[in-house]
Amino acid sequence: MYNLIEKRYWFFALSLLIIVPGLIAMGISLARFKAPWKLSVDFTGGTLMELRFEQKVSPERIYSIFMGLGYGDTTVQTTADEKTAIIRCKHLDEEAKAKVQGELRKEFGPFEELRYESIGPAVGKEVTRAATLATIAASFIIVSFIVFAFRKVPNAFRYGICAVIAMIHDVLVATGLFSIAGLLIGWEVDALFVTALLTVIGFSVQDTIVVFDRIRENTPKRRGEPFEVIVTRSLLETLHRSLVTQLNAMFVLIAILLFGGATIKQFATVLLVGLMSGTYSSIFNAVPLLVVWENREIQKFFARVFARSS
Amino acid sequence: MRERNLLTLLAIVLLISFCLWVDLPQTKALNLQVGPVKLYREIEFRLGLDLQGGLQVVLEADVPPGEALRPESMDAARNIVQNRVDGMGVVEAVVQRQGERRILVELPGIANPDEAIATLKTTGRLEFVEAGLAQLPEGLKILTTYEVTPSLSITPTVTPEITPTATGEVTPALEMTPTPSLEVSPTPTSEVTLAVTPTLEATPTATLAPAATPELTPTITPGIAPTATPTPTQEISPTVRIYRTIMTGKHLRSAKVGSDEFGRPEIDFELTPEGTEIFAKYTREHVGEFLAIVLDGVVISCPRIREPITEGRGRITSEKGFTLEEARHLAVILQYGALPVPLKVIQVRSVGPALGQDALQKTLRAGIIGLIVVLTFMLSYYRVPGFLADLALISYGLINLAIYKFGIPGLFPGVTLSLPGITGFLLSTGMAVDANILIFERMKEELRQGRPLPVAIEAGFSRAWTSIRDSNLSTLLTCIVLYWFGSNFGASMVKGFAITLFIGVCVSMFTAITMTRTFFSFVFDLVGRFLEKRPWLLGI
Repeated sequence: MYNLIEKRYWFFALSLLIIVPGLIAMGISLARFKAPWKLSVDFTGGTLMELRFEQKVSPERIYSIFMGLGYGDTTVQTTADEKTAIIRCKHLDEEAKAKVQGELRKEFGPFEELRYESIGPAVGKEVTRAATLATIAASFIIVSFIVFAFRKVPNAFRYGICAVIAMIHDVLVATGLFSIAGLLIGWEVDALFVTALLTVIGFSVQDTIVVFDRIRENTPKRRGEPFEVIVTRSLLETLHRSLVTQLNAMFVLIAILLFGGATIKQFATVLLVGLMSGTYSSIFNAVPLLVVWENREIQKFFARVFARSS
Repeated sequence: MRERNLLTLLAIVLLISFCLWVDLPQTKALNLQVGPVKLYREIEFRLGLDLQGGLQVVLEADVPPGEALRPESMDAARNIVQNRVDGMGVVEAVVQRQGERRILVELPGIANPDEAIATLKTTGRLEFVEAGLAQLPEGLKILTTYEVTPSLSITPTVTPEITPTATGEVTPALEMTPTPSLEVSPTPTSEVTLAVTPTLEATPTATLAPAATPELTPTITPGIAPTATPTPTQEISPTVRIYRTIMTGKHLRSAKVGSDEFGRPEIDFELTPEGTEIFAKYTREHVGEFLAIVLDGVVISCPRIREPITEGRGRITSEKGFTLEEARHLAVILQYGALPVPLKVIQVRSVGPALGQDALQKTLRAGIIGLIVVLTFMLSYYRVPGFLADLALISYGLINLAIYKFGIPGLFPGVTLSLPGITGFLLSTGMAVDANILIFERMKEELRQGRPLPVAIEAGFSRAWTSIRDSNLSTLLTCIVLYWFGSNFGASMVKGFAITLFIGVCVSMFTAITMTRTFFSFVFDLVGRFLEKRPWLLGI
C-alpha cells in the first residue's frame, strides 16, 4: 500500500507554492486597484461597451475622444481584427452615451453595439455587499452541514475544520489565479466570477465528504489499526472515484474553454481550476490534516522547538 | 421483484418518450382533451437576453432618497411601463417591480436600445399650452402652470387636495380666471421646491427635442404662484414666463401614428368628451393664436389655431418632421399616459443579437463535444455498467431539456436559458455521472473481494448512497445561496445557473440511482451469468 499520507508535508508545501504567488498578486492588486482583484463594472459601477466598427480602429484614438469629452478614466481594448473595441469608462447616462457614441460615429463611421452595460455606482455597491454576504453564507452553511453530517463520528468538529481548511485552500487558489490574471491579462471579477467561486465552494467539500465518508465507514470496521492506516486505506479506496469524477468534469469544462464563446471562458476557467484544486485539497490537504491533528504533530513540533531553545 | 422492475422500466420508457417528444424542436404546444378535462400548455425554449440579444434596464423612482414613495404610484408606474412595452410590440417582455423603488424591464430582441430606454423613462406629461400670439420654437423648455403645481402631488408633504383630480376641476378655467392651481397656493417652501425638481429633470428623449434651450435649466424652480410671497432664498428671474396649461394628457382618449398629406408621419389624437368640450371652447375663442403642445416641459409642436376644433380630434406634427420611429414612440407614450413618478435609469445591459447567437452556438457545440467525451469515457472505462450509465446520462439530458421547455406543472412554467444556465446544466451532468462512478467503483471493489455479482451490485448501490446524498445536498445548499445572490438585479444571470444546477442535481438523483438500478437488475436478470464469467465487461 503506497503511503500517501507519509509525504504529507510535501503536499502542504506544494499548496503553499501555488497559493503564495496568488496572495502576492492580491497584495499588488490591492495597492493598484484598491481591491484584491481587478473589479468589473458589476461592482464598481460604470460603463462597458463593445462596439464593432466597419473599419479598423486604434485604441489611442478612441481614448482621445473620451478624453476630449472629459472621461479621462477610460480604458480601450481592441480585439485581434482591430475592428471590435471594448471600452470601459465611468457610468454614462443616456445623454452622455448619445454624445460619446455620436463622436465615435463621426470619427470612425457606423458601428454595431455588440454589448452595452452601464451600472450606477449605488447598484455596484449593493452587488458587492450581496456577493460578500453570499460567500460568507455559503461557507457557513457548508461547514454546518459537514459538522452535522459527521456528528456521530468521534471528533466531528475536526472533520469540519479540516474540510473548511481545504475549502479556503480552493478559494485562495481560484481567487489567487484570478488576481494574477487580472494583473497580467486584465481579467476582471464580475458577478459570474462570484458564481463560479460559490460553486467551487460547494463542490470543494464534495470530494472531502466522499473520503471522510469512507473513513467514517472504515473506523468501526478496523478498530485495531492505527488511524493513519485507516485513513490511507480510505483514501486509496476512494482515489479512483475522485480522479474519474474530476476527469469527467474536466472534459466538459475544457470543451467549453476550447470551443465555447468568449464571454463564458473566464467563468469556465475559474470552475476548472477550482474543481481541480478541490480534488487536490481533499486528498492531499484535508485528509492528511486529520492525521496531523490525530498525532498532535503541531504540539510535538512546538514542544521540540521549545526543548531545543531552552 | 421482476414484475416491479418491469413496471418501473415501463414507466421510465414512457417518461423518456414523453420528454423526447417535448424536446423535439417541432413540438410547440401540448393540447390534451380527455372528456371534460382540457390541458393546454405552450412548449418552447425560452432564451435569455444574453443568448438572443436584448435589453435589460433597471429604472428607479427619481425622488430624493429620504422621501417616502407610495407603493400605489410605483404599481401605477409599472403598469404604464408595461403598457408602453406592449405598445412597442415586444414579445415576451418582462416588467417587474423590484424592491420599493425599482422596476426591472427586459426586452428580448430589441433593435434600438437607446430609443427603447427613452420611451420607457419619459415621464410623458402632455400639455396643451396657451402660447399667445408668438410661436414657440420646437424644443424650447418652458414652465407651465400645470407643471408647477399638480405635480406636487408626488410628495406626501402636500395636502391631499392637490391630487391630479384637482386639475380636472381646474381646467375649465377658460374664463381666464387666475388658474385654480394658484388658488391652492401651497407656499413654495423648500420642500415644495424639492418636490418640483425631479419632474423638471425628467427631460424627454433626446430624439424628440434635441434643441433644448440652455437658458432655462431645470434648476430654476421658482415660486410660481404670484399670490405666494416668495421666500428670500428664491429668486424669480424676470425672464421666466409661466405658460398657462389648457388641458393635459388626461383629456386624451387615444393617440396613434398617422400621416399628413405629404405622407410624413404625424400623431393623430382623439379627445375625451370633456377634453373635446374644453378644446372646442378654447379654440373658438383663440382663433389665430398659437397653441403649444408640450411634452415634459418641452415644446414639441406649436401650431396656429386656424379655426375652432370642435369634433375632438387633432394631430401633432413637427416642423422638422417626425421620423416614423419617433412618431411611434411618441404615440405609445401619449396613449398610456404620464408616469406618476419620474424614473431614472440606474442599470442597462444590452447584448446585440449577433453576439448572443454566436455565444449560444459556441456553447452548445462545446457542450455537445464535452458530453460525447464523457459518454465515450464512461463506456470505455466501465464497459457494460458504463453503457447503462450512458443511457441514464442521455435520459438525464432529455429530462432536463424537457423541464426547461415544459416546466413542472403547478411548480414553475419552464426555465429561461442563459449562458450561465447552460453551463450549470453541463456541470450538473458531471454530478450525474459522479453518482454512477461512486456506485461502480464500489461495485468493482466488492467484486475484487470475491463477492458474487448480485451482492456486489446491491452493495454498490446501498453503500454509495450516503456519499451521494451528502455531496448532492451540499450542492443543493450552494444553489440556494446562489439563487439568493442572483435575485440581486446586478447578478440576475447567476439565477439561471443556480436554477439549472439545482434541477440537474434533483434529476440526477433519479436517473443515476433509480434508473441505473432498474437497468442493472434488468440486464443482469437477462445476462448476469454471461457477465460473471467475463469480468472485463464489468470494467475489471
